[in-house]
This record gives sequence, C-alpha cells and structure tokens, in this order.
Amino acid sequence: MSKNKQTAGHKGAYSSQRKKEGEGRSCIRYRCGLTNTIQDVLNQRPGWVEVKDDGEWDFNWCDVGWLRENFDHSYMEEHVRISHFRNHYELTRKNLMVKNLKRYRKTLEREAGRLEAARCDFFPCTFVLPSEYHIFVEEFKRSPGSTWIMKPVARSQGKGIFLFRKLKDIIDWRKDGSRSEEQKDEAQVESYVAQRYIENPYLIAGRKFDLRVYVLVTSYIPLKAWLYRDGFARFSNTRFSLSSIDDQYVHLTNVAVQKTAPDYDPEKGCKWQMQQLRQYLTAKHGFETVQTLFKEIDNIFIRSLISVQKTIINDKHCFELYGYDILLDQDLKPWLIEVNASPSLTASSQEDYELKYRLLEDTLHIVDMEGRLTGKEKRVGGFDLMWNDGPVYTDVGLEALGSSCLVENTLLGCVNDRQKQLQQLLKPFPGQKRT
Amino acid sequence: MLDESAELSVSITQIVQRLKGTHLHSQLEKQAKECLHKPEIKLETLKDDVRRLLKASGMTCLPPPRHPRAPPEHTKEPLAYMRKAQVNWEKRILKSLNSMCTELGIPLARKRPVPEQNELTNKWNEMGTDEPDLSKFRPVYAPKDFLEVLVGLKNPNNERSEDLTVRSHWGLIQVSLNVRDIPQTREMYPELGLTYGQLGIDDHTHVPPDLFESEHIHIGKKVVSEHDSAAAQQYSRQGCPTGLRAQLWSLILNTTDDPEAITHYEQLKARVIHHDLLVDNLIYKDVKLTASNDDYYFVFEDYLYQVLLCFSRDTAVLEHFNYNCATPPKSCIQSKSGSEQCAVVYPPNGVIPFHGFSMYVAPLCFLYNEPSKLYSVFREMYIRYFFRLHSLTNPLCVLSLCLQFERLLQTHLPQLFYHLREIGAQPLRIAFKWIVRAFSGYLSTDQLLLLWDRILGYDSLEIVAVLAAAVFAFRAENLMEVTSLASAEAVLADLSTLKVMPLLQIFLFATSV
Repeated sequence: MSKNKQTAGHKGAYSSQRKKEGEGRSCIRYRCGLTNTIQDVLNQRPGWVEVKDDGEWDFNWCDVGWLRENFDHSYMEEHVRISHFRNHYELTRKNLMVKNLKRYRKTLEREAGRLEAARCDFFPCTFVLPSEYHIFVEEFKRSPGSTWIMKPVARSQGKGIFLFRKLKDIIDWRKDGSRSEEQKDEAQVESYVAQRYIENPYLIAGRKFDLRVYVLVTSYIPLKAWLYRDGFARFSNTRFSLSSIDDQYVHLTNVAVQKTAPDYDPEKGCKWQMQQLRQYLTAKHGFETVQTLFKEIDNIFIRSLISVQKTIINDKHCFELYGYDILLDQDLKPWLIEVNASPSLTASSQEDYELKYRLLEDTLHIVDMEGRLTGKEKRVGGFDLMWNDGPVYTDVGLEALGSSCLVENTLLGCVNDRQKQLQQLLKPFPGQKRT
Repeated sequence: MLDESAELSVSITQIVQRLKGTHLHSQLEKQAKECLHKPEIKLETLKDDVRRLLKASGMTCLPPPRHPRAPPEHTKEPLAYMRKAQVNWEKRILKSLNSMCTELGIPLARKRPVPEQNELTNKWNEMGTDEPDLSKFRPVYAPKDFLEVLVGLKNPNNERSEDLTVRSHWGLIQVSLNVRDIPQTREMYPELGLTYGQLGIDDHTHVPPDLFESEHIHIGKKVVSEHDSAAAQQYSRQGCPTGLRAQLWSLILNTTDDPEAITHYEQLKARVIHHDLLVDNLIYKDVKLTASNDDYYFVFEDYLYQVLLCFSRDTAVLEHFNYNCATPPKSCIQSKSGSEQCAVVYPPNGVIPFHGFSMYVAPLCFLYNEPSKLYSVFREMYIRYFFRLHSLTNPLCVLSLCLQFERLLQTHLPQLFYHLREIGAQPLRIAFKWIVRAFSGYLSTDQLLLLWDRILGYDSLEIVAVLAAAVFAFRAENLMEVTSLASAEAVLADLSTLKVMPLLQIFLFATSV
C-alpha cells in the first residue's frame, strides 16, 4: 500500500493520505493568507506544497478575516492544523480581555484570597466604553490630574489612540464633527477602552520602550503554552515627557506609528533584541532583580491565558502565536498592554526578518505536521515549554543544584542556540540528509 | 640601587602632589590630627604611632601605584624619526582643522549669547533631537589616513631590500619594534589558558554553573564589597559578570562617586553652555554618522553628546601628554585688543576627534547612566588606553599593535598571509579599523565588554592585536578562497557573531608553536 509519496499538486481524497500513527507525512499541503515572512518559511519547508483557492489543505496559516468567514463551515480531518482559535478575540480584543481578567481576578480572590488575586494586577485600571462610562467617571474623578489613554478595541498599529487628562477632552471627542463619517459609524458599534496611562515608564537614555514577546499556545484545555527566547524592545524615537501628551509619537512605540514620525529614519531602526535589553538591565540592576522581573513577566502570560481558558473554544486543530506587548515602569514592574493574535510578521530589517523566520520555523516544528516529536519535549528550537497544565521546570535545575530548588523553564532574552538543539532533537525531513 | 630609590622618591613625590587637595588627603589629615589627641602617642615615636593608629582606624596604606608614571626618559619618544612623523602628522591634522575653519568662516571658539545658553541648558538631556546642518563639516581625519602615516614610517638607517623572503616582513609596517610572539604572550596572559575558567567560555549554556560561574560571581561580590582595586583588576582577567562589571571597572579605574568628580563634571558642563567650539560640530557629525546608526548604540545618542562635549573642554586631560609623545595642538587666538596673537591649546583637552571617536564612549553607556560617572570612567579609559590607539607613543601604541598583528599572522598563518598579500589584500588594511576602535562597533556588545574586561585586567591593549590575528585564523579557510581585497573584506565584514574568548584561547593556547 503506497504510503507517503504524493506528487505535488495532486488533489487526492484525504483517505489516501492517512498515515499510521507516528509516521510523518512527506507532503503537506498548505494555504497561506499572508504575503510576508510566513510565506517564505512555508515555501522553503521541505515537503510542503502550497495549494490555492479551493484546494484541500492540511495546514492553514490564515488571517482572522478568513477565519471569521470560513472556520464554521470547514470540516477538518484530525491531522489538519490552523493558525487561530475560533474565538481568540476573547484574549485579544481589549474590552473582552479586560472583562475576562477582571472575572478571573474575582474568582481568585474568592477562592484563594487577596494575595493571590493581587498577582493579576498587571493590567492598568481599564474601563470599557460606553458601557462602563459611569464607573469610569467615578474612578476618573477620584484621581484628578492623572493621564488616561483611549484605545479602540479592535484596531491595531496604534490607530485611533489618544491621551487625555480632562473629561472635557473626551466629551468633545464624542461630539467631534471633525472625525470622518466612517469613524463615527464605527463608533456606534465599536467600543473603546479608557485605561490609566502609565506615567512613569522605565526609560533607557530618556526614551520609552515596550517589549514584544511571542507566546505559542497549542491547546487551552489542558493549557499548553511555549515562550520564545527572542523578542524585542521597541523604542520611541523621541524623548519621553509628560508635558506633550498630544505628541503621540512620544508615547506610542509601535513601529507602525514611529514610521510616520517626522524624524523617523528607517536606516536607524528603533529596536533592541531582547538579549540586549536583558543584558542592559542586568548590568544596571543586577542578576537577581532581573530574574525576578522576568518571572513576573511569565506570570502575566500564564494568568492571562488561564483567565480565558474556559471561554476559548478549545479545538485540537488550532494553535495560535500571540504577540504580547509589555511595558515596564520605573519600579521594574511589568504591565500588560495588549495581546495580539496576529503579531506583525513583516520584517523591518534583515535582523528582524531573521528573528521572525526563526520564530515561524520553530512554530512549525512544534505544530509538528511531520510527526517528529514525542510530545514530551520541554524545548524545541527557541521555544521553551512554559506551561503544561501546570508549571514546567527545567531538568538542569534538579541535577546540578541537588536540592529541591526548582527552576522555571523559561529563558526570555537568553541565548538562543536553537540550531544545535534542533539538530539533536529532530530527525531530518524525509528525503533530507542530516548535514 | 641608587637609581631605584631615586625613582621611588620621584614617584612618591608625584603621588603626594596629586593627593594634595583631594578629598582623601583631607580625610587623612583629619584622621591624623585626631590620632594626635590619643594618649598612646609619644613624641619620640610620633611617626610610627600615628601610622599604627591610622592603620587601626581603618585607613590602610595605599596600595603601590598600579599605574606608575613612565620614567622620565620614556616620556618623549627616543627615536628621532618617530618624533618627526608624529610632529608632521599633528601639523597635518591641525592644518586640516584650521582650513575647515577658514573655509566655513566659523570661529574655532565663540561665546554663546545668553538666549542660546538658556536654550542649550533646557535641551541638555536631549541634544540628539537637534538636527543642525552638518553637511559642510567633514571629519578631520579617518583611521585610514592615520594608517597611511604608519605605513610610511621608515627607519632611515635601515636598508630594506625589496625581495620577499621568508625572513623579511611581509606586512605594511616597516619599523622594527619589539613585540611579543605567542610564547611570550602566553606568559603574559596565563589566566586565559585552558586550565582557567573564563567568563565568555565557562558561562556557556551547557556548562553547569557550579563548575566555575557561581563561584566566580561569589568572589566578584566579595571584591566589590571590599573595594579592593588591585583585586578587581586581577579578577577582571577572567571576565566580569554582567551585574558586577560597572562597579568592578570603577574600582580598577579608581573612579569614585565623590562630590569632587560631580563638581568637575558640572564645571565642564558650564563651559559647554558658555562657549561653542568648532570641534563640537565634528562631535555631532561623528555621533550621527557612527553611533546613531548602530543598532544598539543609537539609544545612547544624548549621553554621547553629554560626555564628548564636556571631554573637549577638560584641560585635566592635558596631563596625559606627559607620557604621550604627541603634543597637544595649538591654535592662535587674537587677544581682545586684536594686536597680539597667542597660542592656546585647541581644543582645550588637546584631542581632536576623528571619525569613529564616539565609539570609544558608546559601549560604556551600557554600564553607567549618571553622566558624571560615565564621564569619569570614559576619561580614565581614554588617558590610560584609548589615546594609544591614535598616536605614536611609547611603550605601547597602535603602531606596535599593528606590527604585532602582522608578525603573529606571518608566523602562524604564513600561507594565508602570503595568499592575501598576493591578491592585494594586505591583512592590516582590513584589521586596522578594528584595532583603532578596540573592536567597538564590530563585535556584539557583550563580547566587546568581555574583551575590554581583559584590557583592564592586564592593563594592556595587546589583546586587541592578538584578537585581530585570531579572527583571521578563524576565518582562514574562507579567506584562502577569495581572490580580491573586496571579497576578503566581505568575509570579515560581519564580526557580530564571534565569540571572543574561545577565539583567543584557541589562538594562544591551542595553536602549535
């Protein structure tokens, strides 16, 4: 019986491709809705072939629009994988995330007490508008002079965001005739969130920055999440100052916004690799302080995922690569700004391209269409298993230290020697010789 | 015997001279006066008693000078042709500076009007946001200009035949200085040997930390808490942990946080506010062209201005000309009456910045962010090490580093050297820019700092020459296949992935000699 061989482009029925358990496929048909780095990664993966239009696929890297329209009508065989969860927006839309986190916090407080619930205090005070307008106003009045930031729930790349200090500013905004018609219509349907602005961000050489970190979730029940070692810090091009809240270029650090700032120089680039940032912080604050900081950052990922664990429709076909945006304040406390279900895969420079390439390659290794993993791995390439229905600890910790000192298995901003690890871990692709 | 004690008393006098007026001196005086009131003091044994009590009170004897001033006969270059070359070079760059000044019609120095002073004070922390028109300014010189000077140096007494033999020197440097070969370098750098633990090697991911790293960090913390400068220097030979490096370097360089240093910095800042210098524009241009375009250092742009502008005005830097055979450049200024001209040192610190100068400061921004601290550390590193990389001076300067590099390469990789020479790619033409900057901007920051740990630990720049040779050794295979200077440069264009310590260790200790 012919097993794996499938010539490219041949549209066979699914049954002829079904394999025995544990044997990888040699030809994987993929669909890709994006035209950036992911396209290259899929294209260059041995044995993967693109199908277009209505062709049957084994793997789909789709955009959320496609998902919305097609997911419910697609029948997927057991082996098929798709790059989003059906209702990921529970985590990624700002108003829903806030709702889920607040509910989770309440549950924690009831069940485990105040101290435990306080571990959820990593998102700034947030209210959904217009529904929570009145409690927002109460809170606003309680802290006069503080700065707030208004964000549309479903936009990205910094669009529609502004800062304000006076209620008058947003009353004006709501009535503002200068906004385009399109915006006004959307505002009827679309919600906004008003969030306490973090006025004392950690600055490096006078500049504000935020962190982009990548987390891969392959299952919500049980929760299995991987943390990528690489990531980056995005700097604002101008110097931070609270006096110019109208200057959105100062406050927003998205690369997309920075690109339109008048003094943006594309040659310059305004990103630091996570390793660079971690070294800088260690040189400044010492090893232990930075260890603690990164543990707290892990805490943000885990708790945010747990808070939506029961709401997200778990589906074994789904996996999702999230881009988390984290901000540090001057006390080195990390804050969650938002979670992106479709983090930008477009590269801003050669270095950035290589980072995203590696990231996507390793994502595909973990999704493991080829069936090369045992499922017991704690590390695949640059990904470390962060949560597997419970915390994950490294093996090294136990042996070397001898005592019962457990070391968490996360290494954000640490050396990413993935090539070596992958060589040892993975069998070569069928048809490929080990170099 | 007599010479030694005479030397010693000269050194002691110098130290006492330096100490006078410092905080430490007044502390000592105060403490000594207090001792006088103690009952144990006897007039006959006054000196010993005071010394004993000072020791007991915690004021230990000063450690022997780590960095003694060079003996008087070394302060000026003994070789006449070297002196001549240095003088000619200085004339050239000063001429270049003056002609730029005349061409552009900009004065070398001018007092700022008060509104401009106020503006600058307000913008002090964000000078990088300024976008002055710098198109008219050119750097006074680039490292490759200086390389031509070095290549042109020839001992007039030495007849060099043009034949290329095994015995002749194949490189560009034509003077014969005494430089160390590998066996001698091994003796000088024993702690880089295979039996010693190193940061940069033994802190690698799959080496269990209790083999070396944990203990090393533990010792480091002790050294820092005991404020032991000599121990810090010895410790640094095996690398400084990231979290302790800033303090360790401070200890080694004897830079302190005392109010004196802060006042000095504030005075320099005031000088910057009051007067505008032509060289300021050169500094702006250099920062914009080099550090601001670097993927990692661009963030520190503002700090670089704050340090370098003050540096140009720091006349205390002139002291290093006592042991630098260069002389500070002088320019003529007109007196107020317009009738007389007198020569003053320009810029005030005697150092004309060249293209890439700001890269000496950039890596330090990773360690220090209080401007006065950053400034002190940079200045100290400049007057001990960096000045040697762009002047001809004894005992160690860029010339001997270049020669050492070439000799190491010729001795241990003769095939490679010959090949490169034949295709018109003299190795020094590629390596020179690394040497002049002590690899700043070429290596990734963490690797660079590990290298600079050893410069401080061994109080010598020689390791820079050794690393340059080690890099060629590492890429030798690829280099053997190139057929032009351009392709050789391409092979060596990107050093950002190199791991410095393994390269050095292999080159020094695992190469058969």
